Amino acid sequence: MNKSTTELNEQVKQTRRDIVRMVHDVQSGHPGGSLGCAEFFTVLYQNILRHNSDNFNMSADDEDVFVLSNGHISPVYYSALAHSGYFPVSELKTFRKLNTRLQGHPTTHEGLPGVRIASGSLGQGLSVAAGIAQAKKLDNEDKLVYVLMGDGELQEGQIWEAVMYAAHNKLDNLIATVDVNGRQIDGDTKDIMGFTELKSKFEAFDWNVISMNGNDIEDVQDTLSKAGLLSGNGKPICILMQTEMGNGVDFMMGSHKWHGIPPNDEQLAYALQQNPSTIGDY
Amino acid sequence: MTNSSQEKKDTRSGFGAGLYEIGLQNSDVVALCADLTGSLKMNAFQDKFPKRFFQMGIAEANMMGMAAGLATAGKIPFTGTFANFSTGRVYDQIRQSIAYSHKNVKICASHAGLTLGEDGATQKILEDIGLMKMLPGMVVINPCDYNQTKAATMAIADHYGPVYLRFGRPKWPIFTDPDSFEIGKALHMREGKDVTIFATGHLVWNSLEAAKALEEKGISAEVINIHTIKPLDNEAILDAVAATKCVVTAEEHQMNGGLGDSICQLLSKNLPTPVEMVAVNDSFGESGKPTELLDKYGLGVKDVIAAAKRAIARK
Repeated sequence: MNKSTTELNEQVKQTRRDIVRMVHDVQSGHPGGSLGCAEFFTVLYQNILRHNSDNFNMSADDEDVFVLSNGHISPVYYSALAHSGYFPVSELKTFRKLNTRLQGHPTTHEGLPGVRIASGSLGQGLSVAAGIAQAKKLDNEDKLVYVLMGDGELQEGQIWEAVMYAAHNKLDNLIATVDVNGRQIDGDTKDIMGFTELKSKFEAFDWNVISMNGNDIEDVQDTLSKAGLLSGNGKPICILMQTEMGNGVDFMMGSHKWHGIPPNDEQLAYALQQNPSTIGDY
Repeated sequence: MTNSSQEKKDTRSGFGAGLYEIGLQNSDVVALCADLTGSLKMNAFQDKFPKRFFQMGIAEANMMGMAAGLATAGKIPFTGTFANFSTGRVYDQIRQSIAYSHKNVKICASHAGLTLGEDGATQKILEDIGLMKMLPGMVVINPCDYNQTKAATMAIADHYGPVYLRFGRPKWPIFTDPDSFEIGKALHMREGKDVTIFATGHLVWNSLEAAKALEEKGISAEVINIHTIKPLDNEAILDAVAATKCVVTAEEHQMNGGLGDSICQLLSKNLPTPVEMVAVNDSFGESGKPTELLDKYGLGVKDVIAAAKRAIARK
């Protein structure tokens, strides 16, 4: 049964707590982009995906699939997977530690349920998602394939190879979301290698493009639902998702600096104070 | 160099024939090609199974990622392009999305080695075996003729996991039994007691020709076809070397990272033995006819003969 907006907001707060606690505990990882995508992952895993988290099936027969291309935001991914039942929430405490299934960047190598492809080296996820979408077409399945990429990640050339392939082959069961937070490690994306007119770029490649505010839970719910309805119309779907890196933790917002550094003890306490526990910490 | 009466076919045609056959037998087999369908001889598969054939355009990185995705969904994807564009160009895509993710993808690579011929060094990779064998879990196969390439193409569909299958462009003698191929199992081509020649790919034929010439000079050379470079058939190699006590390796690849490298690693640990390597010595290729190139870069029949004599002298 679908979660209400109130329930989703509670989960988002809990996921923010998971993210900062995981990264703080091991003093490494990527909190900024993870926090910015907390609403997206929460809505996707709680209300959108038609999936079977109790009995993970790598080939995802007759299930929707999500592929994370920008693997460095693994904290939010792991939190979403755990809270939707792929593995025990308590396992989040092993993040980035020796012998963990929760590697720094996601992998299938350690057998973590919910993960279908390794990511971390950027630019590869859209191709993988297109391959899964193509297989579902071949099998006459009506389920959908979702993928998330970063906006800085669009600087990788392989993305545009896959963008061309998906449009040419009418992969209208593919829904690609771009996290447009405008930041990357070295600074603001507009200063590093800016994209003007991202919407018209995707449209010029013959994609169906919609936008949403990725930090507004109702907009995320409505837009992801709408994207599903747009499937099957001959074009792949792109969602340009505006987010604020570090969203929900005020001192991490408005800068690229929290892309990949952990909070100290004091900063953690302050971040948790801004996001009181809702459904309980791991 | 080769016997003119010997029937010849290109190994890439063996791939095309094998792909078609396994396509008939296994509906999970799908094929992807980056704008080289004719060169890779994938037309028969494409014509017979149009829905299971994916034209990728000149976009090899996307092809490797797509193959990983198709494999995730339970298909058995065979990718096809030149060896250079199958490996070096897309190394990170193979490493992360296929090898590390343990996807059941078959990377099928034509035009490998010097015998690509006139196109020159940009198109002919001599480093691909090394690149692929370094990836954990990757199976690396380099068949020697049409029959073996066809058999290998069909066999890898039944092996779960990533495979690199390397073959070539020129017409080459056909001399193996189609039923003799088994992944990871070295194939004895000729008995001999004075020296063992371990060869792979097109150089198996050159090694057999060399062994014939050596016999006329009273030297008995054993020839073993190492079509599977990884996993290496350690037992067969050690058994053979224990008897002959000297080795020649022969391959159409850089000395660094190739078959010779793998055999030296095995022998240095288990059975230190004199080894002479017939391979390209830290050089790029160039334009020319296949046989001219093999001779210029020291991979001709006479070079295998000379290497055998050197190896025997070092016993």
